[in-house]
Amino acid sequence: MLAQPVLTQLEHIVGKDNLLTSKMDMVAYSYDATADMPKQLPDVVVFPQNSDMVVAIVNLAREHKVPIYSRGAGTNLSGGTVPLNKGIVLSFQKMNKILDIDPDNLSAVVQPGVIIGALNAAVESHGLIYPPDPGTVATATMGGSAAENSGGLRGLKYGVTKNYIMGMEVVLASGEKVRFGGKTVKNVTAYDFANLFVGSEGTLGIITEITAKLIPAPKFRRTLVGTFKTLADAGNTVSGIIAAKVIPATMEIMDNMTLRTVENSAKIGLPTDVEAMLLIEVDGMSEDVVVAEAKAVEKAVLENNGTLSIAQTDKERDDLWAARRNALPALAQLNNTVILEDATVPRSHITDMLIACQNIGKKYNLTLGTFGHAGDGNLHPTILCDKNNKDEMERMHKAVDEIFAAALSFGGTLSGEHGIGMAKMKYLQDEIGEGGVNLMRSLKAALDPDSILNPGKMVPAPAEA
Amino acid sequence: MDTETLTKKKSSSFEELEAIREELDKCMKCGNCMAVCPVYGVEKQETSVTRSKIAIAEAVLDGVLELDDPQVYEMLFNCLVCKSCMSNCPTQVNFERIMLALRAALVRKNGLPWLKRMIFSTLKNPKLFDAGMRLGAAMQPLVFRGEQDGQAMAPRSPFALAGKSFGLDRERLLPGTTTKPLRERVPEVVGVQDAALHVAFFTGDSLNYFYPQAGEDLIAVLSANNIEVHIPKNQSCCGTPVLVHGDVETVRILARKNIDAMDASGCSHIITGCGSCGNAWQHDYPELLGSDPTYGPRAQYWAERTFDISTFLTKVIKLRPPKGRVERVVTYHDPCHLKKGMQVSAEPREILQSIPGLTLKEMKAPDRCCGSGGSFVLTHYETAASIGKQKAADIVQTGATAVATGCPACMMQLLDNLHRCGQDREIVHYISLLAESYRKEQAADSNA
Repeated sequence: MLAQPVLTQLEHIVGKDNLLTSKMDMVAYSYDATADMPKQLPDVVVFPQNSDMVVAIVNLAREHKVPIYSRGAGTNLSGGTVPLNKGIVLSFQKMNKILDIDPDNLSAVVQPGVIIGALNAAVESHGLIYPPDPGTVATATMGGSAAENSGGLRGLKYGVTKNYIMGMEVVLASGEKVRFGGKTVKNVTAYDFANLFVGSEGTLGIITEITAKLIPAPKFRRTLVGTFKTLADAGNTVSGIIAAKVIPATMEIMDNMTLRTVENSAKIGLPTDVEAMLLIEVDGMSEDVVVAEAKAVEKAVLENNGTLSIAQTDKERDDLWAARRNALPALAQLNNTVILEDATVPRSHITDMLIACQNIGKKYNLTLGTFGHAGDGNLHPTILCDKNNKDEMERMHKAVDEIFAAALSFGGTLSGEHGIGMAKMKYLQDEIGEGGVNLMRSLKAALDPDSILNPGKMVPAPAEA
Repeated sequence: MDTETLTKKKSSSFEELEAIREELDKCMKCGNCMAVCPVYGVEKQETSVTRSKIAIAEAVLDGVLELDDPQVYEMLFNCLVCKSCMSNCPTQVNFERIMLALRAALVRKNGLPWLKRMIFSTLKNPKLFDAGMRLGAAMQPLVFRGEQDGQAMAPRSPFALAGKSFGLDRERLLPGTTTKPLRERVPEVVGVQDAALHVAFFTGDSLNYFYPQAGEDLIAVLSANNIEVHIPKNQSCCGTPVLVHGDVETVRILARKNIDAMDASGCSHIITGCGSCGNAWQHDYPELLGSDPTYGPRAQYWAERTFDISTFLTKVIKLRPPKGRVERVVTYHDPCHLKKGMQVSAEPREILQSIPGLTLKEMKAPDRCCGSGGSFVLTHYETAASIGKQKAADIVQTGATAVATGCPACMMQLLDNLHRCGQDREIVHYISLLAESYRKEQAADSNA
């Protein structure tokens, strides 16, 4: 429990209306979207209105050694925002103004609480887009997705959040406010701070403003679906498309288990006797180029024994997307706990990884479906289990261990887009080694010596001496 | 005492809070509800949105929080029960049932606050309720001063709405209660020669007391389509206004009365012109009376034979195409209970588009809640007004001169929303536009 004087000062900083302490409110901020994570009730939730308030809160927290858990919409999938050591939840839900849209410089300046989808809606009339599109675009905040370096469906062609952050204002644990980057395309002044704070999951500083890069919205697109009798055919199609020098905007894959589950619940006429489905979308500014790319995709699908469907109208495009849109919902309806991983492998190992996931599921007798972003090797092996079944939960934990081991064995990574948070901290050393973990500890100690920023996340505590 | 024995036998979520556990478990806290929850959109706090309400319900079941903790009580009523979250939920959590079960549990634990008891008891007796409607003006300021002390929530009855219109807020614009309700204006049976079908019109209170003209239009449209309409005098309020306050027993009494009235009519279908009423017949009655051996099967029978007037006209019979021109630019608002409850959204548009001269201009997010939520607008006026402001802006942007919708409660809220921002528009039940077209056609025919 926080000392009353600290609460009084917090109230003084943000105002009575922007501070919550009731037990019920604390329950509402004790979790995020991650399954199978510990919950913890914070002591207080505050809603800062500007970066000066954030500075004052950080100074107060440092003085009293109170942890600060920054939070956007709390939709992350790594336990990143759970207030593990109680203390202060710093919610940016109400700091949600778009400060500037600058079509001349293809940029926008936003407060951290702006919803990604709201930014896209605001720039649409300028013919621009902000491309990063995690599954949560309609709910997740710019600040949260920057802190998590969120990916999405368009990663292959358009990159991920880090490719669209041009500048930031960050409040450090010292209470200093720093600004770096800006609207210039080129900027090599100082260290590349943006890339330090993007993906730092609230452990190194608190993002209070973002200058985001915008691009012209592609004018044309074609959507195609290929279904395959073997996973190898699907994997070879992905390679074939890249070999044909086509970079699709999206190239999504779903395995048989996922397809069967979607068909079972949504009844949209999917083939259930195929091993994989690829949903491919090519886009661009010139119709000729887009049509030529679609032809190349068509060829790759057919050459690899695939069955092809092509959308001619928006309605047909919508129908083709239905399977992918329904993948997670349909799987999630199978049981009360959804373990959604994001192990990622080099594109050339997609088939290997899909087979590995299926085998792991069988080995531990689990319901496991895999879908994901084939183009960038980012897969979502999804395990559906019953949280009240202890034995099943244990088998699930072992399966997850093996999924990560498999991804690393193929030269992949633990996390393509969800982040480390609490969920994957124990695997960190397997990927980056002791040296890597020590480098993280050094950075953390340098920037946050009192460990008040999102403690218990991402950076493993030094081993007890 | 029959009721009591029955209630004891049954263990639905309306009787036993633990029965919602499985429903709660379905929620994966993904937060997709944040994208569509109108209350969260305005308040931007976790406790405003569905997934948190679910987390809090779990905490109540686990004994971490008390159901009658004042904060929990407050949270329970800070919800429009608009079902928007349910239409965006990947795991199809039936949040409406969770919310109503919590409210029912609260009523079981603490009893209905005295005000609710007073108002709801009048609903059980249509005669008394009628008298109340007439005497309403004199009584209401008193009742609402009682509500101001925070002890009670007002129901979504026109009774309460009438009260709000007298005295508390002069800015609030409402249709005046009519001196002669719909069911007194029309005979109990409106016949046609060689009727193709006989249907019962369940008017609901809002059409009966506030928009009797829309009710008459509905009857006229059915007549024009060669349908005989029965308007049983013995029907009561559908019960939604009390159900959302957790008074399950009153709703059961109303449901049985209504079923008796419809049974006695000898009709083949029930027609509604209000999303909440139709929703009660289609979903609430069968569930509430599920274990009642007499009324359970009747409720199920009628659930399958209850249609919104638009569905009846376009799916059950073949709408006689209207010929009279209605030169109007209209935008259509989807009522939550009509679209997200009764799954009706294409049919009213089909009807509007069949009217010669009428141009339908869609607004942005036509299914975004208008903020009424029955009594929510009374108990959470500021939030409701902020939600309504967005709706008004979306309407104004279309350039339409009239707003059509299919639920009287939305009509009241839209009237107020637009008036508050100085953008008064014609607010009309879509059925009235169809009736107008038929009338014009008839006038032209008789002139010829």
